Amino acid sequence: MDADGKTRSFTLPSRLADLPGTEGWQSMYPYYTRFQPEDDQRFWFYNAMHFPEPMPAFDAITAEIPYEALGAFTTRIFAFPTTMGIEHRIVNGRIYITANPVTDPAEIQRRLAIFRERAGYYYENWERIFTEWKVRMEHLIQELEAVKVPRLPEFDEAEVVTKAKGLGQNHYVRENFHRVTELFSKMWHHHFEMLMLGYGAYMVFFDFCKKAFPETADQTVARMVAGIEVLMFRPDDELKRLAKLAIEYGVDDLFPSDCDAKKVLAQMRGRGEAGQRWLAELDRSREPWFNMSTGDGFYHHHLSWNDDLSVPFAALPRYVEQLRRGESLERPTERLKAERGRIIAEYRELLQSDDERQAFDQMLGLCHVVFPFVENHKFYCEHWFTTLFFKKVREFGALLVAYGVLAEAGDVFHLQYVEIESALADVSLAWAGGGKPMGAAHWRPIAEDRKRIIEKLKEWNPPPALGPIPPQINDPALQMLWGITSETLESWSRTAQGEGGKEIVGFAASPGVVEGIARVLKNVNDIGQIREGEILVCPVTAPSWGPVFGKIKAAVSDIGGTMSHAAIVAREYGLPAVVGTGQATQRIKTGQRIRVDGNRGIVQILD
Amino acid sequence: MALTPPNLVRRFAEISIHDRPAVGGKGASLGEMARTGIRVPAGFVVTTAAFEQFLARVDPRGSIHHEIGRLAADDLLACTSVGAAVRARIESATLPESLQAEIADHYQELHTSAAASGYSEPVAIRSSATSEDSADASFAGLQDTYLWVRGVDSVIEHVRRCWASLYAVESVMYRRRLKLPEQGLAMAVVIQRMIDSRSSGVMFTRSPNTGDRSVVVVEASWGLGSAIVSGEVTPDKYVVGKITGEIVSRTVSQKMRMHRPNALSSGTLVDEVPVDQQNAACLSDDELHALVEIAKQVERHYGCPQDIEWGIAHDLPRGENVFLLQSRPETVWAAKDAAPVAASKAKPFDHVFSLLSGGAGKK
Repeated sequence: MDADGKTRSFTLPSRLADLPGTEGWQSMYPYYTRFQPEDDQRFWFYNAMHFPEPMPAFDAITAEIPYEALGAFTTRIFAFPTTMGIEHRIVNGRIYITANPVTDPAEIQRRLAIFRERAGYYYENWERIFTEWKVRMEHLIQELEAVKVPRLPEFDEAEVVTKAKGLGQNHYVRENFHRVTELFSKMWHHHFEMLMLGYGAYMVFFDFCKKAFPETADQTVARMVAGIEVLMFRPDDELKRLAKLAIEYGVDDLFPSDCDAKKVLAQMRGRGEAGQRWLAELDRSREPWFNMSTGDGFYHHHLSWNDDLSVPFAALPRYVEQLRRGESLERPTERLKAERGRIIAEYRELLQSDDERQAFDQMLGLCHVVFPFVENHKFYCEHWFTTLFFKKVREFGALLVAYGVLAEAGDVFHLQYVEIESALADVSLAWAGGGKPMGAAHWRPIAEDRKRIIEKLKEWNPPPALGPIPPQINDPALQMLWGITSETLESWSRTAQGEGGKEIVGFAASPGVVEGIARVLKNVNDIGQIREGEILVCPVTAPSWGPVFGKIKAAVSDIGGTMSHAAIVAREYGLPAVVGTGQATQRIKTGQRIRVDGNRGIVQILD
Repeated sequence: MALTPPNLVRRFAEISIHDRPAVGGKGASLGEMARTGIRVPAGFVVTTAAFEQFLARVDPRGSIHHEIGRLAADDLLACTSVGAAVRARIESATLPESLQAEIADHYQELHTSAAASGYSEPVAIRSSATSEDSADASFAGLQDTYLWVRGVDSVIEHVRRCWASLYAVESVMYRRRLKLPEQGLAMAVVIQRMIDSRSSGVMFTRSPNTGDRSVVVVEASWGLGSAIVSGEVTPDKYVVGKITGEIVSRTVSQKMRMHRPNALSSGTLVDEVPVDQQNAACLSDDELHALVEIAKQVERHYGCPQDIEWGIAHDLPRGENVFLLQSRPETVWAAKDAAPVAASKAKPFDHVFSLLSGGAGKK
């Protein structure tokens, strides 16, 4: 509330108008993602962390299924006492979300009783469950890999008869497409099976530190929590290994700066045994470590390193160069570990009593138990599995192209998943009936139109939030992941009212102060544009951008909290970072000189 | 060297924290810091023994104790007139010659070897009370700190003034109100080479706002620290993580005024800060980190949070220019009984249940 006692509000959802030229965008998404009139009464915020771009029709499944899974675990399975699930809406291609809190004390108590028992079981058995989880996840990935996309030849395989299978290949068009989305759903359920409990543990420790050390920066608390050896660094480590091998095998001359991946591979093949050995090592690294999305696994076009080698190959020359200069590329893990140990011990020592120190040990100990899952799940789920998932769907797209329904395989991502089923049914009927599918006339214009709309929607600057500002925000995940607190909303609302000036406030995510030239990247695929020594300004930084962090001076993002992956990677690379600014990509222009203060969470536009 | 007993005047190097009865709180703390290797401007203390010797000469029959001791705590008029008469007696009396010589010798020692002949080293002269109670904090303010004092005669005169300040009306009334005995009342005087500070200020090894022990809060302004202590400027304020060294926050204020030495003679002047410096940070990150290191060292040494005054000399090279001027134990938060933030539980994850139970998690 402001001084007049009135509730402050962001724009109401009902006030948002269609952008000229994007009329009909609603047809891209299910009816249950539309804003309803009563949604004006609720507070929503733009989930730019996961969904920094307009959603292609198919990609909306990367919101639908995760929120199904998240809510199942918080609302129905573990019965989190104070929070149920997350609801999402899509407007102008952007995903807005809101949490459903539980506020009735009696209801909280009722849920707490169930939560104690169920969450307690997971915490108690965390390490065993996580070990099993990894096995389950690898099976799931194998299952997905094994899914065949039928080619529907003129005559079906002979073994349908000789093995008396009794099922035509077109049946598998239906079954296997289903299978792909079913496995995607399973993956997301496993993803949230442990994640919110992990955040619960973080919350407890952060809350404690905020009370015991009220002036300590969040990033310091995060440093106490963070693990040193995290799977997300592994792909980058593989690149360093490949750089080292290139020198060892004497093929490092093939990596001038700005080298082209295709050209390097071709030249490598011409370099005899040494070249072959390097290529074999490359293949070893690629599975699974190059299944690393350039984004965060929420868009089909955020290709993985395996899909597009230009990202890893952009980093290789730099590593080769550093090694030639005799620099070490090893992350100083022992030093980092020792430093983390010192910080923990010294904070602990400041506490008032042995009992309080014991409580501190318990809370931090729990964080360290859950940390491996919280950090490592991401590689399995958002990167490895999801890379394969989009690849499979693209193969179904190729089938639709083969039958003339679509012009190109990638167009499949401009259909909703239920629409793909429908298009596949068309193909299946045509194959079986000996006729021609009708889809070309139906789907091709739709895909073309939607591609145009998506391009147009990119021009829209989504408000960071919609609806009335709630009096208090006290949600673990919102704060931990998105960095959303009452203070951030206040700052966003000031910015929305044009009171921002030349200063942009966010979360201090990684310490240090630098000045430099901004490079605003609204689309992760533009990552190649970034030049040595620039400051990256982006909607969200994905951990797979690791190699780029070696080039930049600092990072600024619209969205992200202290434990967002961007923050973790920035700290690892020792770069100043300010995250969760709300609107940095809108207010800063490429080429502007800016000052990033990672100690205070402030970005200043100096021009 | 005169043959006076050595306990009348003592160099910092000859003092430890246990010498408080002889050299007062301020003197003991400075001596202790200097011995520990912290950069403190060189100096010495005229001890309580010197005061007692002097008082015995001024008042051989002990009539002063008697006159003050019978004053009523609320009799402002009497306290004022009796106090003034005593101060006049003290300020007009001469110090024993041996003591004068002792002070002169020690003062001469403070002169830097480079000092030209005829040059008088500027010093700060501060009273250093022996009392353990808050009288120290209440009255050890500006009235008995004299800055940029030069020349041996002036030094001796200011020592006398410090002694006389024991009989300032506020001090007298305070002692009467608390019924503190006059017998055994004594005061030491610190004489210390004076740093011509480019910037100076205070720092706290525990946040004055929140009591957070994990940060050092530094307040800094241009010129001598007296501008901050007297509240004439809003200082720049820095919060630095004690454990990580990160600068958690940095607030640069507009600093309109500064105190600086009167270079031509003695005492200090109040100046306008040049316009281009008013809004400039008066500490570099390096200096800030050097200060925080000192703060940590002092706190570690005493084993409890400290309030510290410091200065950065404008005419000394980096690495040799940061000085501690005074340190005393923090008293405000130490006096509070902070409730524990959390208690241990049967199982680590029980903490999650308390946080998510609706009540405990709210601020």
